[in-house]
Amino acid sequence: MIESSGLSKTYGKAPAAVEAVRGLTFTVAPGQIVGLLGPNGAGKSTTMRLLTTLLRPTSGTATVAGRDLLADPEGVRRRIGYVAQGGSTPYGQPLLEELELQAMLYGMSRPEARRRVAEVLDLFEVADLAARSGETLSGGQRRRFDLALGLLHRPPVVFLDEPTAGLDPGARAEVWDLVRTLRGEHGVTVVLSTHYLDEAEALCDRLLVIDRGRLAGDGSPGDLRERVPGGAADLEEVFRWLTGRPASEEQPAPKALV
Amino acid sequence: MTSVNITLGARNGVVRDTWVILRHNLRKTARQKIALLFGAVQPLLFLLLFGPLLSGLGSWQMLVPGLLVQLGLLSAGLAGFGIVFDARAGVLDRLRVSPTPRLALLLGQALGGTAVLLLQSALLVAVATALGLRPPPLGLVLAAVLLAVTGTGLAAISNALALVLDDAVFAPVMTTVMVPLTLLSGAFLPMSMAPGWLNALSAATPFRHTVEALRDLLAGDYLTPAVGLGTAVSVAFSVLCVALAVRIFNRLNA
Repeated sequence: MIESSGLSKTYGKAPAAVEAVRGLTFTVAPGQIVGLLGPNGAGKSTTMRLLTTLLRPTSGTATVAGRDLLADPEGVRRRIGYVAQGGSTPYGQPLLEELELQAMLYGMSRPEARRRVAEVLDLFEVADLAARSGETLSGGQRRRFDLALGLLHRPPVVFLDEPTAGLDPGARAEVWDLVRTLRGEHGVTVVLSTHYLDEAEALCDRLLVIDRGRLAGDGSPGDLRERVPGGAADLEEVFRWLTGRPASEEQPAPKALV
Repeated sequence: MTSVNITLGARNGVVRDTWVILRHNLRKTARQKIALLFGAVQPLLFLLLFGPLLSGLGSWQMLVPGLLVQLGLLSAGLAGFGIVFDARAGVLDRLRVSPTPRLALLLGQALGGTAVLLLQSALLVAVATALGLRPPPLGLVLAAVLLAVTGTGLAAISNALALVLDDAVFAPVMTTVMVPLTLLSGAFLPMSMAPGWLNALSAATPFRHTVEALRDLLAGDYLTPAVGLGTAVSVAFSVLCVALAVRIFNRLNA
């Protein structure tokens, strides 16, 4: 579903250049839930933005859902869903209107858009909230709308940037269930970024451990634990073994994440 | 949701998507009536509190076109505020990941700003008519077209600049730029009264020519050199602004 080859992104120019992503090479098979795991500033969001065409790589490339990022960015956009860190539900207007706009921007006619929006509202169990605006909802409810907006056009692959950041434990568990449903019942490939080790362990089939823009480890949570000599008790130990640093250590992020 | 319907995007196109975004923005605008009204307050105050001072100069015919351009600079010129909020809320990224053409994203926003400008202008002209302005209907229509052309360019560049300037810098920069542009346009007094250097400086700005064209149009003089020049300058300005704004939009993922 995704083949990344030497994907790199440098912000700014020398001597102030910041290499946010350095030569990432990996593949993602259809139907997997893959987690980009790393502390804040490791390069996860930049990787997400590269794979979703929001940023252009400095070097390297990738194919996403069979389309090349550089040669056919529009083809990539038609085939992916994206839920930004912090979400994308606007304030001050009914979310139903935003969902209909989103559907129509993926080429649906108005009747198609209305039918599809009704389906998605049912799927995410938010039909009774659709007339409300973002600021009147809880964090968990807003997250459901974020996911609905990202999945309206039935993308085969969806990118979720820190999908549970800032949510309470109950809302986090709800999002985990939704992600599992997307993969299990609808066959969607999910790529998510997270700095929560428990989320990586509980939700992801496979982890790409990112450290200072580089791929430091690649495998299932169980495989990664077994690779540590003597076996690791948890992913914190894995991260420390792979990078020499604790997973909680914040890394300097470039300012220009436009 | 198991089937992946990737043919859905086949309907996307600049005109269609621009209309989809514009219609969405118009619905948003319709819910913000107070903001719509407040955007026109400053030119209305000039009309009511400054206009009577110019009675000897044919105040309404001279002043109203200038206030329409002032309104354009204040309203469409600051239209980028909306996109700042969309960018902060993650809405803009979501739209940029959709297959919608970048030009449609920009034009949908810019034309929303133009629609707001035209509504506010209608309010200003209505009040001016109550005070004594007597514009011919054709002149009003042509003035609205000219104002829409200028407003679209201003709103487009405003949206693009809002994306590249720091949030905290956008408002002070734009409002600071708008003041000299308004004064140099001759919005409040004819620039023929100005000393040579100021008149020359004014002639180098596009809005001077828009104001003079609007004055002729609202006076019912349609085939004049000022209308020709004002139209040409306004169209060129708008095309340049939209082209520059599209370039900025496209470079956002550099």
